[in-house]
Amino acid sequence: MLKLLDGPQTLGRGKTFWSCFLAVLAGALIYPVFADSYDVGNFAYFLIWIFMALGLCLMWGYGGMLSFGQTFFFGIAGYGYGVLAINMGGGTATIAALVLSVVIAMIAAGILGYFMIWGGISGIFFGIVTLSATLVLAFFLGQTAGPEWHIGPARLNGFNGMKGMDPLTVGNFDIEGSALYYLMIALIVIVYVALRMLVNSSIGNVIVATRENPQRAEMLGYDVRKYQLLTFVIGSGLAGLSGALYTSWGQFITPSSIGLPAAAMPIVWVAFSGRNDLTATLVGSFLLLFGFQTITVYSQQAALVLMGVLLLATVMLAPQGFVLGIGKLVVDLWTRRRRRDEAPALADAGRLQSDET
Amino acid sequence: MALVDVKGVSKRFGGLTAVSDVDLTVNAGEVHCLIGPNGAGKSTLFKLIVGLYPPTTGSIFFDSVDITAERPYARVQRGMSIKMQAPSVFKELPVRQNIQIALQERLSGAERSAEEDRLLALFNLAENSGKLAGALSHGQQQWLEIGMALALQPQLLLLDEPTAGMSPEETYKTGELIKSFNAEGMTVLVVEHDMAFVRQVAQRVTVLHLGKIFARGSLESILEDEKVAEIYLGKTHAH
Repeated sequence: MLKLLDGPQTLGRGKTFWSCFLAVLAGALIYPVFADSYDVGNFAYFLIWIFMALGLCLMWGYGGMLSFGQTFFFGIAGYGYGVLAINMGGGTATIAALVLSVVIAMIAAGILGYFMIWGGISGIFFGIVTLSATLVLAFFLGQTAGPEWHIGPARLNGFNGMKGMDPLTVGNFDIEGSALYYLMIALIVIVYVALRMLVNSSIGNVIVATRENPQRAEMLGYDVRKYQLLTFVIGSGLAGLSGALYTSWGQFITPSSIGLPAAAMPIVWVAFSGRNDLTATLVGSFLLLFGFQTITVYSQQAALVLMGVLLLATVMLAPQGFVLGIGKLVVDLWTRRRRRDEAPALADAGRLQSDET
Repeated sequence: MALVDVKGVSKRFGGLTAVSDVDLTVNAGEVHCLIGPNGAGKSTLFKLIVGLYPPTTGSIFFDSVDITAERPYARVQRGMSIKMQAPSVFKELPVRQNIQIALQERLSGAERSAEEDRLLALFNLAENSGKLAGALSHGQQQWLEIGMALALQPQLLLLDEPTAGMSPEETYKTGELIKSFNAEGMTVLVVEHDMAFVRQVAQRVTVLHLGKIFARGSLESILEDEKVAEIYLGKTHAH
């Protein structure tokens, strides 16, 4: 199983890569010791969105399905968590609410995905249908301000947003601040490693084959629709995980976290980072979220304009993504340097051998 | 014994009838060539057999099972494999990974690696195994696709113009390979324009013209048929 961590579908392999990974992980683990609690909370907030980006990377970069529906499933799980946590009474039940809300998002993805994929929707139309679903959900939730829009004691509250749900709690311990940060780190490591293993497995082979040439993949005996649906459900489920974690983090969710500007964000993160690689998406999305949040403190408009400029620059200058491009450049330079270092050593070895003979 | 039985199959695209009431039998263990001028409906018939197009009328049987309503992947799982007319490989993936994807359902571990090496060597692709498939020449992509089709160890191998873009030497080698697959018991259905290649491999020949069966029989009888020569020279416009 561990052999699947490295493979043709993922950039970065071998001791050097995994040593760097462990060093970054160690740095992330000791960060709360040195940082103040406000910064740790902010970091936990950035990390919440990473799952949505990784899910889109799987669907778009590996599976060739550009989905504008990440915030649709984010919203379903986010509102789902709120409704369940309020109805189940908080406490440890919030953990069940988190799991159930992600399952609900995955079921929704299964239903929407089934009709799209079995209906033969692909390419740009896949993006249009998922965007339409996203906008419909955002508009629907926006008109739920009246008191009649409630599920049990949980009121949807229209554009004012749903509130009153408990954060994730185990017994009497609320998972907030540093605890939430460590939960995020653990979940990101699990999801990142699991996705690497998935894309480097035989299933991953079929997923990328379907992206490249679905007809040829089918002509090798694969029912490509099942692989596409699996990819869509996992990717959308990860968006759902982001949504449920977001609601538990802020104990609040509004339709604006689903609408068009929000739906465009994961596309920008993943396009800028490099949609064809999980590591590039992980690193790039974190950098963008960090930058976006830092600039938002001064001007939210400027941050949004910057995102638009970055998307344009990516499309025009680095269609495969900036972070992935830089990553490949570093790997090339590293490989060339190693070959150059090895060449004189081999020449010396040859000279010694001829001296001996 | 018939491995493929096409019964009264027609395919219409709007007002155009590409294939009209075709009956075709491919016997188990033979190399059967499908020839005819451009636009005769050969590739359309191939796509009907593998399920890329649903027939407008008629039925298709494989190994005595009616597969008319089955999707292509289900037909492949029954034992069909196809090389398309235009090279159809995974261009952005390395050559070895292309072969691996074709093999992975059948073999795993060391056995799969050994079979990958064997197929890469068989089609002179070993030196290019790390290259992206899209970087190969047209002829090499043809061989890679034949290798992928062969990796499935099909009962029926369908080859649509397998030698297009190949040099005479490569064409001859491809013919010899097809004969060797057939010697091992594989049934092969080939669409081809190159008559020298047809002479090299064919055991039975069916001639299609304007979507209909024009003639069928042994290679010798087809070559002696003056009407066949006429349609290749363009003298007959309807039949």
